[in-house]
Amino acid sequence: MRAQAPSPVGPAAPRRPGGLRARPHPTYLAFLVHRVSGLLLALFLPLHFWALSRAIEGEAALEGFLRWADTPLVKAGEWLLVVLLAAHLAGGLRVLALEFLGWRRRQKDMVAVTAGFALACGLLFLLNLL
Amino acid sequence: MPQTSREEREGPRTLAVRVWRGREEGGFREYRVPAQANQTVLDVVTWIQRELDPTLAYRFACRVGMCGSCAMTVNGRARWTCRTHVSRVAGPEGRLELRPLANLPVIRDLAADMTPFFDKWAKARGRFQPKDAPDGAVPEEFHVVPPASRQRREADAGIECIGCGVCYASCDVVSWNPDYLGPAALNRAWTLVNDVRDGAQAERLAAVAGDAGCHSCHSTQSCTEHCPKQLDPSAAIAGLKRRLFWDTLLGRRA
Amino acid sequence: MRAMTSVRGQVHLWVAQRVTAMLLAVAVTVHLVTIILAVRGGLTAADILGRLRGHEGWLAFYAVFALAAGLHGAIGLRNIAAEMLGWRGRGFDLAWLGIGLLTAAFGIRAAWGLYAA
Repeated sequence: MRAQAPSPVGPAAPRRPGGLRARPHPTYLAFLVHRVSGLLLALFLPLHFWALSRAIEGEAALEGFLRWADTPLVKAGEWLLVVLLAAHLAGGLRVLALEFLGWRRRQKDMVAVTAGFALACGLLFLLNLL
Repeated sequence: MPQTSREEREGPRTLAVRVWRGREEGGFREYRVPAQANQTVLDVVTWIQRELDPTLAYRFACRVGMCGSCAMTVNGRARWTCRTHVSRVAGPEGRLELRPLANLPVIRDLAADMTPFFDKWAKARGRFQPKDAPDGAVPEEFHVVPPASRQRREADAGIECIGCGVCYASCDVVSWNPDYLGPAALNRAWTLVNDVRDGAQAERLAAVAGDAGCHSCHSTQSCTEHCPKQLDPSAAIAGLKRRLFWDTLLGRRA
Repeated sequence: MRAMTSVRGQVHLWVAQRVTAMLLAVAVTVHLVTIILAVRGGLTAADILGRLRGHEGWLAFYAVFALAAGLHGAIGLRNIAAEMLGWRGRGFDLAWLGIGLLTAAFGIRAAWGLYAA
């Protein structure tokens, strides 16, 4: 049901004229998450490849980099990247299903599932770190 | 017993209505309009024009949700005003802010210029083009279209569009790329792609491809969310993408 | 004619974006599982190289993964730059394609390094 329920009692939310065209709704928020996560992952990719290419100089160079990365700040960054990657994967699968399989129903539930998947991956990563 | 104010029980006695006056440059003017128990946003606009300010420009025709001419931005969201009840959008304080539809030039006050919107329907080849028989004769190929066939159902899903422009005004991609054809034109193209009697398939698919066409859509589904006819332009655009994907991959396109 | 060619290029970029997305759907799933298992007990170079060194299967997997990720990321950046910065046109498209292939080559080089280390 896309039809709106009668307006609940309460003040109308203030609206900025000329702001976002669309008021945020689940699939719109999913788009924003997909875009921001994609942007950050694309910018991170060359750094990731650079770090892995330490191995070209031998095991010691790679080990040196990994020990440098053993700080809480880097671990927090890694956790964020895992969540972003999982969110981008799940959100991308939802869009592929919409585009290629025509899964147009229950989009809001699917958005909730993708969010749950991303957080579950983050939690698993965290549990395995400790 | 929870305390409720008189406003919450009965609604406000007067509506505070801020209305856009001017063209692209302009400002809001506030009008006080008596509240009724049963009143649409279009009723409010009409009352202002008849009782307070005859210079107010706006557009309407049928008043019953068929013609698609009265859409405006109501409290920040594009809506068909003839079927939007004030009680649903104005809140207990009775506030309305009315602007012309976004993503379109403003003629004056609440009247948006729909020219780019309809030009894009033409660009997307949103017109049925019968197969064969350019002289008007009955075409050789005669189609029986069973209502339950998959293609007919795809076409039916999008056929009730009234061209109100709500989806177009709600679409972020249109505001980012002024060449983008928009949800309504692409939805129309998809209904025709599924019409087996149509003879302009290759030209239509070429017209809706690329960055100005279906491939710019990010499936934010604002069109589907806001369509007053409960259509799903987002799914129609996905259909166009799917069709063009396989046609391109399998070399079925020139 | 020019406009026509440019639309074809746009469609091909979109198709590449979706084909790489399908490959990445599989590759990223494998990658996430690997990450979550590998961090158990801490990451060491010996662990990583023990898994990858001399293993053609993993080399092939990471080569395809790097190619898909490089292209997918660059096409995504192209779309963002077009919408947010107005960087449109065939010149930009070719530049992004070059960036994507360069990133992919960089990744394949790293995968080779892990294989041959």
